[in-house]
Amino acid sequence: MTEASVGTDRAEHVEESRATRITRDILSSDATVVVLAIVVALVLAAVLIAAADPDVQKAAGYFFARPADFFTAVWDAVYGAYSSLFRGAVFDPQASTPERQVRPFTETLTASVPLIFAGLGLGIGFRAGLFNIGAQGQVILGATFAAFAGFTFHLPAGLHLVVAIAFGVAAGAAWAGIAGVLKARTGANEVIVTIMLNSIAVFLMAYLLTTDAFKRPGTNPISPKIEPTAMFPSIFGPPFRLHWGFVLALVTAVGVWWFMERSTAGFRYRAVGLNPHAARTAGIRINSVYVSVMLIAGALAGMGGVTQVLGTEGVLQDGVAGTIGFDAITVALLGRSKPVGTVLAALLFGALRAGSPLMQTVSGTPIDIVMVVQAVIVLLIAAPPLVRAIFRLPSPDERRARRTAVLAPKEVAA
Amino acid sequence: MSVLTAPEPGGLVGDVAPAVRSRVSWKAPITYAVMGLASLLAFGVFTSGSAESTFVISTPSDAWQIAPVTVPSRLTAVVLSLVALGLAAFVAVRTRARRRVGVWVPVVFGLCIVLSFLTWADAGKVAPITLTSLLVGGLVLSIPLVFGSLAGLLCERSGIINIAIEGQLLAGAFLAAVVASMTSNAYAGLVAAPVAGALVSVLLAFFSIRYRVNQIIVGVVLNGLVIGLTGFLFSAVLSDNIPLLNSPPRLPVLPIPLLSEIPVVGPVLFRQSALVYLMFVIVVLLQVMLFRSRWGLRMRSVGEHPKAADTVGIDVNRTRWRNTVLGGAVAGLGGAAFTVALGLAFTKEMTGGKGYIALAAMILGRWNPRGALVAALLFGFADALGTNLSLVGTPVPPQLLAMLPYVATIFAVAGLVGRVRAPAAEGIPYGK
Repeated sequence: MTEASVGTDRAEHVEESRATRITRDILSSDATVVVLAIVVALVLAAVLIAAADPDVQKAAGYFFARPADFFTAVWDAVYGAYSSLFRGAVFDPQASTPERQVRPFTETLTASVPLIFAGLGLGIGFRAGLFNIGAQGQVILGATFAAFAGFTFHLPAGLHLVVAIAFGVAAGAAWAGIAGVLKARTGANEVIVTIMLNSIAVFLMAYLLTTDAFKRPGTNPISPKIEPTAMFPSIFGPPFRLHWGFVLALVTAVGVWWFMERSTAGFRYRAVGLNPHAARTAGIRINSVYVSVMLIAGALAGMGGVTQVLGTEGVLQDGVAGTIGFDAITVALLGRSKPVGTVLAALLFGALRAGSPLMQTVSGTPIDIVMVVQAVIVLLIAAPPLVRAIFRLPSPDERRARRTAVLAPKEVAA
Repeated sequence: MSVLTAPEPGGLVGDVAPAVRSRVSWKAPITYAVMGLASLLAFGVFTSGSAESTFVISTPSDAWQIAPVTVPSRLTAVVLSLVALGLAAFVAVRTRARRRVGVWVPVVFGLCIVLSFLTWADAGKVAPITLTSLLVGGLVLSIPLVFGSLAGLLCERSGIINIAIEGQLLAGAFLAAVVASMTSNAYAGLVAAPVAGALVSVLLAFFSIRYRVNQIIVGVVLNGLVIGLTGFLFSAVLSDNIPLLNSPPRLPVLPIPLLSEIPVVGPVLFRQSALVYLMFVIVVLLQVMLFRSRWGLRMRSVGEHPKAADTVGIDVNRTRWRNTVLGGAVAGLGGAAFTVALGLAFTKEMTGGKGYIALAAMILGRWNPRGALVAALLFGFADALGTNLSLVGTPVPPQLLAMLPYVATIFAVAGLVGRVRAPAAEGIPYGK
C-alpha cells in the first residue's frame, strides 16, 4: 500500500463515519462502562429485593392466574426500596420544611467525607502496587487517637482541632507504617499483615475503651464527649451535619492529584507500581517507597477516622468506624485509584450509606443490599469486556486495532 | 507480580548466580531467640516462686483416669523456656551451616512457649487448666481454618490467588444451615456446603481467568458480595422463618470404638463428627496426590510455569478452573463447621475473618497440606486458649488475648516465613 492510498483511506474513514464514530467512542468509553455497571448492579439488587418480598412471593404463587398482580407486587417492592433510598440520600419531597427536604443530600456529602479520605489513601497504595487492605485498622486508629486528643486536652478552638487531627493522622500513619516497614525489611506480604492489623485494631480499641484514660465513668465502653473546640465546625449549622471536613477532603483530593501526577515522589510511586524491577534498575529505592507510600496511605485513612469522630460522631465507641475502611477499598477500585474518580465513587457510596437506613425503616429492605450493590459495581467495572458483552457495545480495542491496521503500512514504509 | 510474598531484598542475586552463595538469613534464629527470652522473663522469672499450676488431663468419660498434675509454676516455666532457647540455638547452628530445620522444630518450640504461658497464666489460680477440653476446643476452632487453607492451597498451587476463602466459608456456612434445617438432616447440609463454596469459586475463576481481573481485587470484592448477600437473605428471609430455615440439626459425633477411649488423644481425635474425619482424610489425600500423582504434577506445573505446561499439552486455564472450583468446594465444606458441625444457627458475618487466618495458615504451611494442617491447628489452639483463659481468670485482659492469633501471624509472616516462595505464576493470568 502506498503513502497516498493510506491518506485517502483515512480521509474517507473520517468523512464516512464521524457521527457513528462519536457514538462509538461514547459507547466504548470508560464512563459508559461505569454507568452501565451501576445500572446492572441496581437491577440485580432489584431482583433480590423482589425475590425476598413476601407479597411478591405470594403473587408468584398464582402468577399464571393473574400475572398483573405479580408485576404490581414487584414494582411496589422495588419502587418502595429505591424511592426511600433516594429520599434518604438526595432529596425528600415528603419532608415538612425545605431545609429538611434538602438535608438528605448534605447527609450524603457528610457520609462521603471519610470515604474520600480513606479512598484517596488506598488509591495511592494501589497505584504504587501495594494492596493495602488495612484501611479499616488505620481508620480505627485514627478515630481512636483523634478522639483521645479531643476529650483529654483543653485547648483553644482551632488549635485543639489541629492537635486532634495530628494525633489521628499520626496514629493512622504509624499503623500502616508497620506493614510498610515489615514489607520493606522482611518481605512480609502487605495483604496478610494489613488484614491482621485490622483485627488487632478492633481489639486494641475495645481494650482501650476499658481503660480509665479512654472510658467515661460507668460500665459502658464509651468515651467522654469530645470537646466542641476539637470538632469540625458545621458549614450550614443545625440541622445540617455537613462540616468543613468535606471541603478539606476536596482540597486533599486536589493535593493528591498534584502529588501523584506532578511531583517527583508521585512519579516514583507510579513507576514502582507499574514495574518494580524497572524502577529498581532506574535507581528508585523501592523499599523506601513502600514505607513512605504506606505512611501516606495510613495518614489519609487515619484522616478518614478523624473526620468520622470529630465531624460526625463526637464520641468514641465500639463500631465508630463502621465499615469505612472496607467501603473505601471499593471506592478506590471504583474510582480507578484516581482522585477525581475516588471523590465521585465516595459520593455514590456515601449516598448509599446515607440512604440505606431510611430504606430499611420505610420499606423493610435490609441494609445489606447496599454491600451487594457495591460489590457488583466494582466486579463489573474491573471487567469492562463483560459489561460490553452484556450490552453488546463496541470495544475500544476494535477501534484501536482498525486504526493500527490503517497505520501499520506507513510504519513499515518508514 | 508475586503478590503474596514479595521477593526478599537480596533475593535477586541468589536466583541468578548459583556460584555466589546467598546471604544467610538470621531472621528465624533471632525470632526464636527473642520469643524464648520473652517467655523466660515474662512467664518464668517474674512468677512468684511458691505458686503452683494445675493441669487436668482426663475427661470424666475416659475409660481410665489420669490424676490432675500440679507443678511448681516458676520452675516449670523456666525449664520450658530454656528448652525453647535451646531450640533457638539449634536453629542458629543449622542456619550457620546453611541447612534447613524440620517441621518438628517450630511445633516443639510453639508447644514449649504455650505450655510455659499456660503455667504462668494458671499460677496460683484455684481453677485448673483442662488440657483435653483446650485441645478439643482448639480442634473445633481449627476445622474451618484447615479446610480454608487447603482451599487456598488448591487455588494457589494452580496459580490463582484465593482471597475469597472468607466468602467461601461464609457461603458454605449459610447454605449448610439452610439445607440442613429444611431437610432436618445435618448430612444434607454437609453436601450443600461445598456447592455454595464452589459457586463463589466459579465467580472467582470467571473474573480472574476469563476476564483477567486482578485476583486480589476479585477476592476482596467477592468477600463483600457474599457478606452482603448472606446478610440480606438472613434479614429478609431467614429471620422470618427461623424454625424452618435456620435451625440446623447438629452433626452426630461418631466415636471410633476403642481408640476413642484413649485419654487425651481419644476425645481429641477419635470422638468427633464425620466432618473432622473427612478433614483428616482430605489432608492425607491432598498431601499424597499433590506430590505423587499426575493430577498434582499438572496442577503444580500450571502454577509454576504455565507456558511450559502449555507446551507439553496441558490446558492451563482448564486446569486452573477445575482446581479453583474444587478449592471453593473444600472451603465451603469448612464453612459447615460454623453451623451444622455445632448445630448452630447462621448469623451475619459469622466467619469473622477466619478466611483470612486460613490464608495465613496456608502461607505458614508453605503451600503444603501437612504444613497448612499444623499451622491451622496452631491458630485454632491459640483461639481456644483465649476463651479458656478468660474462664480461668488470667491477669491478661481478654481483648489482648484475642489479638494473639493475629499478632502471631504477623510475627510468623515477617519473621519466619519471609523466605518461603509462593508458586511462581501465582496471580498472573495466562493467555497464549
